[in-house]
Amino acid sequence: MDSLDFSFHGQQFRARASGALSWPRQQALLVADLHLGKSERMARRGGALLPPFETAATLARLEAEITDTGARHLICLGDSFDDDQAAIGLQDALAGLCADLSVTWILGNHDPRPKALPGLHAKEQQIAGLSLRHVARQGPDISGHYHPKLRVAGQRHPAFLIGTDHLILPAFGTYTGGLDWPCAPLSALVPEGRAILTGRRAVMVPLPLPARRKSRFG
Amino acid sequence: MLDQPALPNRLAQWFTAQGWAPHPHQIAMLQAQGDALLIAPTGGGKTLAGFLPTLAAACNSLPKGLHTLYVSPLKALTHDIGRNLARPVADLGLALRIEDRTGDTSATTRARQRVDPPHILLTTPESLALMLSYPEAPRIFPALKRVVIDEIHALAESKRGDQLALCLTRLRTLAPGLRMAGLSATVENPAALAAFMGGAEIVQADPGPPPDIAILPTTLVPPWSGAGGAYAARDVMAAIAEARLTLVFINTRAQAELFFQALWAVNDENLPIGLHHGSLAREQRRKVEAAMAAGELRAVVATGSLDLGLDWGDVDLVIQIGAPKNIKRLVQRIGRANHRYDAPSRARIVPANRFELLECVAALQAVEAHDLDGDGRDPLGGLDVLCQHLLLLACAGPLDADALYTEITRAGPYASLSRAEFDACLDFVATGGYALRAYDRWQRLVQRDGLWHLRDPRAARDIRMNIGTIVAPELLSVRRGPRGGAPLGEIEEAFAASLSPGDTFLIGGQTVRYDRLRDMVVEVTPQPTREPKIAVFNGLKMATSTELSARVLALIGDRSAWDALPEHTRDWLRLQSEIATLPRPGTMTCESFARGGQSYFALYSFAGRNANQTLGLLLTHRMEQAGLAPLGFVVTDYALLIWSLEPVRDPGPLLDPEGLRNGFDDWLGGNAVMKRTFRAVAVVAGLIQRNLPGGRKSGKQATFSSDILYDTLRKFDPDHLLMRITRTEAMRGLADFGRIEEMLASRPEIVHSLTPHVTPFAAPLMLEAGRVPIRASGRARLLEEEAAAMMREAGLQIEAETGI
Repeated sequence: MDSLDFSFHGQQFRARASGALSWPRQQALLVADLHLGKSERMARRGGALLPPFETAATLARLEAEITDTGARHLICLGDSFDDDQAAIGLQDALAGLCADLSVTWILGNHDPRPKALPGLHAKEQQIAGLSLRHVARQGPDISGHYHPKLRVAGQRHPAFLIGTDHLILPAFGTYTGGLDWPCAPLSALVPEGRAILTGRRAVMVPLPLPARRKSRFG
Repeated sequence: MLDQPALPNRLAQWFTAQGWAPHPHQIAMLQAQGDALLIAPTGGGKTLAGFLPTLAAACNSLPKGLHTLYVSPLKALTHDIGRNLARPVADLGLALRIEDRTGDTSATTRARQRVDPPHILLTTPESLALMLSYPEAPRIFPALKRVVIDEIHALAESKRGDQLALCLTRLRTLAPGLRMAGLSATVENPAALAAFMGGAEIVQADPGPPPDIAILPTTLVPPWSGAGGAYAARDVMAAIAEARLTLVFINTRAQAELFFQALWAVNDENLPIGLHHGSLAREQRRKVEAAMAAGELRAVVATGSLDLGLDWGDVDLVIQIGAPKNIKRLVQRIGRANHRYDAPSRARIVPANRFELLECVAALQAVEAHDLDGDGRDPLGGLDVLCQHLLLLACAGPLDADALYTEITRAGPYASLSRAEFDACLDFVATGGYALRAYDRWQRLVQRDGLWHLRDPRAARDIRMNIGTIVAPELLSVRRGPRGGAPLGEIEEAFAASLSPGDTFLIGGQTVRYDRLRDMVVEVTPQPTREPKIAVFNGLKMATSTELSARVLALIGDRSAWDALPEHTRDWLRLQSEIATLPRPGTMTCESFARGGQSYFALYSFAGRNANQTLGLLLTHRMEQAGLAPLGFVVTDYALLIWSLEPVRDPGPLLDPEGLRNGFDDWLGGNAVMKRTFRAVAVVAGLIQRNLPGGRKSGKQATFSSDILYDTLRKFDPDHLLMRITRTEAMRGLADFGRIEEMLASRPEIVHSLTPHVTPFAAPLMLEAGRVPIRASGRARLLEEEAAAMMREAGLQIEAETGI
């Protein structure tokens, strides 16, 4: 399935196989940890020159998601840029996106200052009783930051974690790794609940995973 | 020095005092006027031959500074050589300073060596590359007179050889008066090795008497499958008891662990037997090495870590557990037994299962026929290695592209490098070499006054930390108990990831229980009484040669040749022939069976690993198209095993060459073999860093898989240099389509058996490591079924709600 519906604190959400979160009643699309400009930041620091295509790849996927869901609002849950300087070089690339819909830029640890980009720049936003922030704190909140992943049937997948107090999004950016549930502090934030694996399909599993017999060649 | 005497008097007297006479090839090495390559069997005094000119020169006192550089593939060898040289140097009263310099040498010593180098420096290719990356390099090397390259046959086969060849040409530029001596075990094509050195005079030693190799008679019969050889433990023990010192070689680390245990279980006389392999902690390995050198051991069970000509004199018997995979390797291993040059080496082989028995019989027939495997050497050195070399040289100082190109084409492996290829590598190092020129301001190298400079000199530290061409899987250290317990060894990260708390496995000869992973350290508790639950971690993976595969097929297919086989093996072949058709030359034999809810398809091609790997990729593609939902495959030199959700009922259409070719390129581009190759290339070329200053503290969030880079490049810049290198390299591990077509044409008859269960032939395939996953519809189906089952088990519905 391209997406899976679920509810969290009375609100209906739709987890997309891409890792974006659709919130139909708010006509909003939420994404976390785009890390735009990562390859440029690595290069600036004298490191390896990574293929400089990840910003284009991430934005192309994001635009496809906006078109598919018909969202009017885009909410980026922080670490949208790999650092504040990266945002400066990307104003032109983001102009089209910002012109078509209203954008909320939640500030993250990589991009802590408001940018010269259209839209709302804030540490947090409250919608329908839920806090939208970069790092999970006092719930109920929706956040990113940890790039959660989960290993099922022998493969690691970026995953939404849906607990009692916290809804944590996987990283949407192309050049991002991940932290496996139940590594700390993910297991403390979401000790039990559900996860939705992303990738080719959106697939729901319970948390914690029931112990199952490993198939030898799985 | 044209009229150099055969041997200075002092040296000649020293030889006499030892009761030795120099071998003719040792004198020939002393008299060689230019670069020389010595081909001699183990025990032929190779190393001394390499150092004789240095010792001769030292008899007339040497000026201060570096005179001789010794390069060996193993750190352990440099320690050994240092010890062996110490004796003649002391006896002759030579004023020679000898030091080693490897990854284990302290930073203080290394810094001092850059300012005040010893006369003789013993090192590895990686440490040499590192030395050349320092701005002091032009001051360290100009007085260098000699370079001795030990075990050059082992180095020349790999990317390490490419790196060494590049470093050697740099040394020639820094020290024009340099002469090189390559030391090699017996090889089939010495001229190729001489070309690798950039041209050298070949000195051939007397090969000595032929080795005495046979299969060890055992009281119990070998099992149908399995690789451990435990059934023969008692017979091996008896052979050890009769010999002075025995080396027991076994192919993988896991097998070494298991066999070591099996030996101790029958060691009634309590003979001292040690264990040595690359997963053990360094201190543990050193202990075994020292005990062996001191004559305190009767046997050592070892893997490849002990595999290169270590000069440990007293070994008089080599036992090989499991098939030797490659004939040349067998002969070189056996060279280790009995270092008395004039006595034949003694070796016994213990096949681990009946399939291997066939292989051993075929291998012995090949040794008898002097049919060594070819020395595969690629026509052009790795371009990823060249990229790393350019980056390292840039750390030492600004580069002149024209002069550098000329220098590099003097290296044997790069003699045919075109200027366009060189420029592409330089462009990659400087700008990333992308179709999108994104890094104008942040280039790694910038051109000033016609020379290429490192833009950010601080980057040199990171670059130096990533030296090397061995891309090993990430290893995690294993320690006893929480917080800094005794180190037991290392295991692969992928193996660690498969463990659950409570699982038991073998390491360092003991069974331990996995407790947890903390700060990249695997914490375990010893559990001596428990049977290990899991004992599969990969050691070295070795390929049998195509020639050997063909010999095995001929042996199976020809019943009249079965006389050479023991009764139990003939029975086993008969058993296979009762359940399925036996393979024979001219047929493509395959079988299908079901097991554990999945379908298996085994194809006995006997075409060698590369051809089988390619065939695996092609066939899984056809199966995906046919809706059979393949999940993965694994290959050996003989066979290919594919597992899928739906069974193969008719292999004919799948094996049709026309269909196999369709869509091949696209499927090939996205597969796991390609991604694995890309990772290695990207690490060597410096796109991915494996060593970050400050260790691996960075969290998982910061690092992302090289697969992402591969997919991105494939989509946005498919002709990028690293993609081209990846394709070339992957094709070396694969056979080209022409060869597959040829093979299919030569096997027109497809024989397919539907068997009720796993066959005697297929059983070993089920246990084979190195599986290639196929990420397509089959896995998606498996994942969804697995997830749905979990939701049911947890009593949850997909639409369930949590929290309010």
